[in-house]
Amino acid sequence: MLVLTRKKDESIMLGEEIEIVVLEISANQVRLGVKAPRDCAVYRKEIFTLIREENIKAARQHGQVDALQAEIKQLFTPEGPSK
Amino acid sequence: MILESSILGQLEYDEEKIITFPQGIIAFEQYKRYLLVENQDQHNPLWWLQSVDEPDLLFTVINPFVIKPDYNFELAPGDVEDLGIEKREDLVVLSIVVVPEDFKKMTANLLAPVVINARLKKGKQIILQDKNYSPKHLIIEELQQRSSGQQARPSKTPSSRQGTQTGPSKEECCHVGADPKKR
Repeated sequence: MLVLTRKKDESIMLGEEIEIVVLEISANQVRLGVKAPRDCAVYRKEIFTLIREENIKAARQHGQVDALQAEIKQLFTPEGPSK
Repeated sequence: MILESSILGQLEYDEEKIITFPQGIIAFEQYKRYLLVENQDQHNPLWWLQSVDEPDLLFTVINPFVIKPDYNFELAPGDVEDLGIEKREDLVVLSIVVVPEDFKKMTANLLAPVVINARLKKGKQIILQDKNYSPKHLIIEELQQRSSGQQARPSKTPSSRQGTQTGPSKEECCHVGADPKKR
C-alpha cells in the first residue's frame, strides 16, 4: 500500500480525474472530500462489504425451493394462516 | 437452449433472453450472463436470477415495489448511460433476497437493487446512496399484508404503475419508483 502524509486542505490525485481532499482532521476522524467523474461510484467501504456479504448469503440461501413455494402459496391463499 | 440449474432443475431458454451484467453481480464479478426465471405460480412474487455459466449460482429476487410500494431512488447518470436506458419502460428493478432456513426471516436487499434494461437485456447491481433503505429488509409480514388480491408479479414498469402517466422526459427516466414530488 502506498502511504502518503497530507495536511488539512491538501489532496491526492488518483489518476487525472479523481481528487481526494482532506477537509478536516480531529482526534479520531478525518473528513474527506472526493471529486470524481459522475460515472465513478463512491461508497464507504463498509457498505460495499455489507452488500458483498448479503450477495454471498443470497447465493447460498434460497430455501428449499419446493418447500418455499408451498409455504409462500399458503401465505397467499385465503385459507392459509394469513387469514 | 437447455440449462441445468443445480437448484431449479432443467430450464429451457432462448439465447435472446440472456441478460448481460457487464460488471457481474457484486462478489460474483466473473459471472456476466443471467436468466430471469419467472415463478410458475403467478401469485408468488419470488423470481430467480440464474447464472447461465455457473449452474450453482442462483439468486432469489423479488420486485421491491411489491414489498415497498413507495420505494424510489434516483439512477445515477453513469448507470443510465451504462445500461443504455432511454425510457422508464425499459427498466426492471429487482431486489436480491436471502432465504434462510426459517423462511419467515427472509430479507430483501433494498439498498443494492438489480436494475435491468429489458430492451437491451443489460443489467447492473447498483448501491444507493439513500441510507433509509436496508440491505436486510424483512419481507414476510409485508407480503402477507399485501397479498390480498394484489398482483405479485414483478412489474416491467414499476414507475408507471405508481400513477405518473405523463410521458417520461430524459431527466425523468433517472427516477425509479414513486415520484417524491407527488403527494
